[in-house]
Amino acid sequence: MKEYVMGNGAIALGARQAGVSVVCGYPGTPSSEIIETIAKYPHEGMHLEWSVNEKAALEVAAATSYAGARAMVTMKQVGLNVASDPLMSLAYVGVEGGFVVVSADDPGPISSQTEQDTRRFAEFARIPVFDPATPQEAYEMIQDAFAYSEKYKTPVIFRPTTRVCHGYASISAPDTFAPVRGKGFEKDAGRFVIFPRLSYKNHGLIEERNVKIGEEFSSYRFNTAEGGPAKKAVLASGVSYMYAKEALLDHSGVKLIRIATAYPLPESFLLRELAGVEEVMCLEELSPYLEEQLLKLAGKHHLSLKVWGKLTGHVPAMGENSTEIVQKILASYLGWDSQAQENAKIPPLPARPPVLCAGCPHRASFYAVKKAMAGKKTYYCGDIGCYTLGNAMPLDMVDTCLCMGAGVTMAQGFSHIDSEGKAFAFIGDSTFFASGITGVVNAVFNEADLTICVLDNSTTAMTGHQPHPGTGRNMMGHQTQKVSIEKVLEGIGIQKIITTDPLDLAASMDAVRECADLPGVKAIIFKSPCIAIEKSKKKCHITDDCINCKLCIKETGCPALTIAEGKVTIDASLCTGCGLCSQVCPKAAIGGESHE
Amino acid sequence: MNKDILICGVGGQGTVLSSRIIAAAAMEQGYPVKSAETIGMAQRGGPVTSHVRIGENAFSPLIPKGKADLIIGFEPAEVVRNLDYLATGGLAVVNTAAIRPTTASLSGDGYDGSEMRAYLQEHVNCILADGNKECEQLGSVKFLNILLLGIAQGSGKLEIPGEVMIKEIEKRVPEKFREVNILAFNRGCEIGEQSKA
Repeated sequence: MKEYVMGNGAIALGARQAGVSVVCGYPGTPSSEIIETIAKYPHEGMHLEWSVNEKAALEVAAATSYAGARAMVTMKQVGLNVASDPLMSLAYVGVEGGFVVVSADDPGPISSQTEQDTRRFAEFARIPVFDPATPQEAYEMIQDAFAYSEKYKTPVIFRPTTRVCHGYASISAPDTFAPVRGKGFEKDAGRFVIFPRLSYKNHGLIEERNVKIGEEFSSYRFNTAEGGPAKKAVLASGVSYMYAKEALLDHSGVKLIRIATAYPLPESFLLRELAGVEEVMCLEELSPYLEEQLLKLAGKHHLSLKVWGKLTGHVPAMGENSTEIVQKILASYLGWDSQAQENAKIPPLPARPPVLCAGCPHRASFYAVKKAMAGKKTYYCGDIGCYTLGNAMPLDMVDTCLCMGAGVTMAQGFSHIDSEGKAFAFIGDSTFFASGITGVVNAVFNEADLTICVLDNSTTAMTGHQPHPGTGRNMMGHQTQKVSIEKVLEGIGIQKIITTDPLDLAASMDAVRECADLPGVKAIIFKSPCIAIEKSKKKCHITDDCINCKLCIKETGCPALTIAEGKVTIDASLCTGCGLCSQVCPKAAIGGESHE
Repeated sequence: MNKDILICGVGGQGTVLSSRIIAAAAMEQGYPVKSAETIGMAQRGGPVTSHVRIGENAFSPLIPKGKADLIIGFEPAEVVRNLDYLATGGLAVVNTAAIRPTTASLSGDGYDGSEMRAYLQEHVNCILADGNKECEQLGSVKFLNILLLGIAQGSGKLEIPGEVMIKEIEKRVPEKFREVNILAFNRGCEIGEQSKA
């Protein structure tokens, strides 16, 4: 079959082609569509799961690999931080069936907390990493990743970046596939039980092995050099290689070296290609990884080489590269005429920060807490998900956001240094299952004083509506027993738990006041489905009683409320009839729920 | 053929479907195609773009600035935001209906798109059309993406046969909206052709 697919789809089809039989992961932009693509295509004989978090995903998959199955784990780069505990140890133990960790990096960052570089993680864990530049390459390279993993019995990292994950290209993939499930687990405590002695022994073996892999990578087909011989070279990796290729289309006299396996470094390949080269410009995103490797290599082999890049200020330290950025860098490096295009001065543009959708129940939840706690000293600890957007004006309801699950534990922290202020943690349902529960246990155990607001919209909305333990459906398409957030909280021993409909403002404010006034750990479950899942037919409308005070807009910031020709209007194409504005209106001039 | 098409708008307007239709139609014609889209947090009401690159000379997934032959803009300010991408001699197809960001409603900032329309008219080779109004006549603003594709088609800048486009549209819209989407496409073609004359 020939398919026009997203890079993530190409990774999925490549993994299927490589015989993957177990795929686990946790959603995170830009990696989420890998598992979704496998689920969309035939996948008999495979086990697919959205795990509760990346650590769980990696451990589940590791066991299946011990038994000989080919397994893949998918996540975004910050997910690898969560999975790093099992990964670091697994690197010492090794694997049996091919085991690939896909960790998608996000230069920019476009949808992430950090600009971390997974290639560093690979070096840190002493395991190989593959770095595709295009969706087509990703399709082929993921298959190589499985082969290398199985050959050297080591976990392998596959590191695409956003532009590879979310780029589209046409892929030819066979319709047939054969999941490799292995011959079963053979007990061998000397191999699979990690002890200091084992780690010591394997550490030595890993270092020896990595030299061999670096040697093998020196003839790997995606480590390439073109346009030589020349005194000046460009060293590029990932999508920056494509930017360089496009920028160099009409130029010659420069050598373009591309490294697809950043670790272990293909030293002999580089030494061979750098013969006669006097200067190298390093084009890469995130960290100056190759640049540093090249400096090491030059030191080790006494190469007389000028190395330019991020460390010398020639390449931006942060953000994404682009053809224009690369063009500009190469123009000054290679002495081209740079023709900057002058555009007429454009009028000031409206800013469009992302906001909660019109009718989003999170808006109502935040608003209820805000109104109930008006005038009081508060700490609003946010978390990762759509509801991080509760920080936007006019809600302004997120004081902190650090990482998955940190809202609960940070609210606890504030409660220990300030007994006057009221600490609140806002956490979504998926994040609650991912890493919120341990924080709740910690808060109860250590006598915190806080109110946990679970914003339960029955989905993982931000990353594209993946199921989670509370939704009653899993990635195998099976109906499952719903894990009840309320019962989990009860089981932990929380005495006061109120479940409320956030769209009922008065009842929700009462719940907030009641909990805030009680000592200890309390919880409110704001339960209302994501508007993108349960499509509403309801619309609100403005009546003649409107005095145009604009309070509805100023208080809620709902994008369906706008001003047209000086008057407040409701954009019917956006309104879901949630009715929050009608509960805010001082003149009862917003009629709700008139069905279309 | 080497052709770069940038599609821009605001998250939720349906830009992604348009880019997939163009990409699929160009592939149907035998051209190599690459595209890239905005996915993630920006989809929540932020500016979104899709880059469609047709032909052998495209390596980067994103169109380099100054290289887009065609911009299909779902919102006037978003076209202005992306004008750097337009090639000299390129064309912009612009829906003139403005989307006021929530922040503008809050601060009383008077953005209503008029300044953008005036700027585009004066400085840019463009086709301006009130796509929202056209679509309302067809029953819903949800057909905007297909109407704008029609305008691009009518302008002659797409260089893909109309019947190939229609076939790809039919494949990708729900059956019950197939007919009205084709009406939207054909209405777009008329607008595009008129502007050419």
